[in-house]
Amino acid sequence: MSTVDDTSALTPAEIEAVTALARQYEARRGACIEALRLVQRSHGWISDGRLHEVARLLDMSPDELDGVATFYNLIFRRPVGRHVILICDSVSCWIMGYDALRDAFHTRLGVRLGETTADGRFTLLPIVCLGACDHAPTIMIDDDLHHDVDPARLDALLEQYP
Amino acid sequence: MTGGKDERPLTQNIRPGEEPFDIDAYLRAGGYAALRKSLGGMTPEEVIKEVTASNLRGRGGAGFPTGKKWSLAPTDGVSRRKYLVVNADEMEPGTFKDRLLMEGDPHQLIEGTIVSAFAIQASVAYIFLRAEYTLAGRRLQRAIDEAYANGYLGKNILGSGFDLELHLHRSAGRYICGDETAMLTALEGNRAIPRAKPPYPQISGLWGKPTVVNNVETLANIPHIVNRGADWFRGLAHGEDGGTKIYGASGRVKHPGAWELPMGTTIQEILEEHAGGMSDGYAFRALLPGGASTPFLGEQHLDVAMDFTSVEKAGSRLGTGTMIIVDDRTCPVGLLHNLQHFFAQESCGWCTPCRDGLPWVERLLAAIDAGQGEMRDLKILEMHTDFLGPGKTFCALAPGAMEPLESGLKMFREDFERHIDLKRCPWR
Repeated sequence: MSTVDDTSALTPAEIEAVTALARQYEARRGACIEALRLVQRSHGWISDGRLHEVARLLDMSPDELDGVATFYNLIFRRPVGRHVILICDSVSCWIMGYDALRDAFHTRLGVRLGETTADGRFTLLPIVCLGACDHAPTIMIDDDLHHDVDPARLDALLEQYP
Repeated sequence: MTGGKDERPLTQNIRPGEEPFDIDAYLRAGGYAALRKSLGGMTPEEVIKEVTASNLRGRGGAGFPTGKKWSLAPTDGVSRRKYLVVNADEMEPGTFKDRLLMEGDPHQLIEGTIVSAFAIQASVAYIFLRAEYTLAGRRLQRAIDEAYANGYLGKNILGSGFDLELHLHRSAGRYICGDETAMLTALEGNRAIPRAKPPYPQISGLWGKPTVVNNVETLANIPHIVNRGADWFRGLAHGEDGGTKIYGASGRVKHPGAWELPMGTTIQEILEEHAGGMSDGYAFRALLPGGASTPFLGEQHLDVAMDFTSVEKAGSRLGTGTMIIVDDRTCPVGLLHNLQHFFAQESCGWCTPCRDGLPWVERLLAAIDAGQGEMRDLKILEMHTDFLGPGKTFCALAPGAMEPLESGLKMFREDFERHIDLKRCPWR
């Protein structure tokens, strides 16, 4: 069961946390998205092995859980960089200069949207409206919101994420 | 007592840039008085009656009267479990009001949630929070923990016999989760696909149990209505819809931001007095009054009062009340292309008109935007506003997408034709 691949095992702490989440719902699978988020937080992404383990803990088939996981843009089923950059491409940020900001990231990082830098440091992704439209353009890096982002000053921003 | 037009109950505790009130500071500011008043001496029916009399209408976009929504949940005394779900999945492009309330005064939302759960006699509540609101998530969880520690959540709250469990559910993206029924499907651990109505969630919601879904701003109003009464609440507003409203403005204005103002404040006042007017070098062209899925309004509508009835009379919807301003240096075709890209990407794929129609709309707009459009494309776009309109889809996503498209095709007709004639975007 736990020998699918070398990234299958959940730690005892993760198993305990997933089990605690499951108690918050009338049916255990209600916890599945939060369980995947929790596992992703430690490992960056969800491997097949870990997906199987979470499914087993929540009384779901792996295919059912994969169907849910792949519905959500912020559950990663492939490895991502150490830091994930989300650039808002919705209307207010678009008005305030999204195109130029995206192009600046392309140039600075040498990757397009959906790609990871060769050194594994950054993954660049688009995101819908981040709800900070009064400070457009906005991005998130990992858990941090950055607003009024100036395409000419990306170096200082990226330095914070080694 | 009647409310004054200068009262700002929702944001009275919010200090921009500072940490929000912890439970002690919130209590010192009069917090949890509505909880004591309702659980300690009112019946659930009395709470619902007061909220109904206040004319509070849902602040998530649809504007359904809150008291009426609550009263549709069964109160037959049969001890079935009931649920309250707080819609904190703020993801409507151009909307940034619930973030302010959750980051700025989390206990206000927690108190509103507890009192509302008492009104409908729900025993479990979830706050469904979008993934990206990480700061709001940390602050809400701390507030929930403090509320449990003080006996405002859990078993037998303040000796009233009322029990409530409150959980914070952090989601993982997808705009469709903000749809009332898709949110329930998501909470059950499935792909977030909307459900057909009826049955309405008040009858058969989470796991088939009666469930009420309310927006963050809606629930933040509840403690104030319970404390000060329906007459006071109605008096806060300029028009029939009660209370204040968190309005916002983004785009090329001098001071983009969000402000709590009397419901029914005019577009002009918000734009000129609070947003400071257009940025230097930019002229006003149009606006989306309440997010990406509301029809455009133009210069002739600047005196419209931002309440549900007035905006509807002007041909649009109040929506979330956070305005997106379109200036004269922004290409309206490119803007509509941006909006329809969003809706096409965020379709859950469940029903055909939305799944197949929105990508087609997006491709047509991309072609016109790139100077490769033809006049007949405009006719095809118009047809889509009918094919994807109200009554033809499971949920409001595609009809909402068609609202700015239908009005935009009319308002920006000349701009569309110029793209087609010139075979390029005149703004580039």
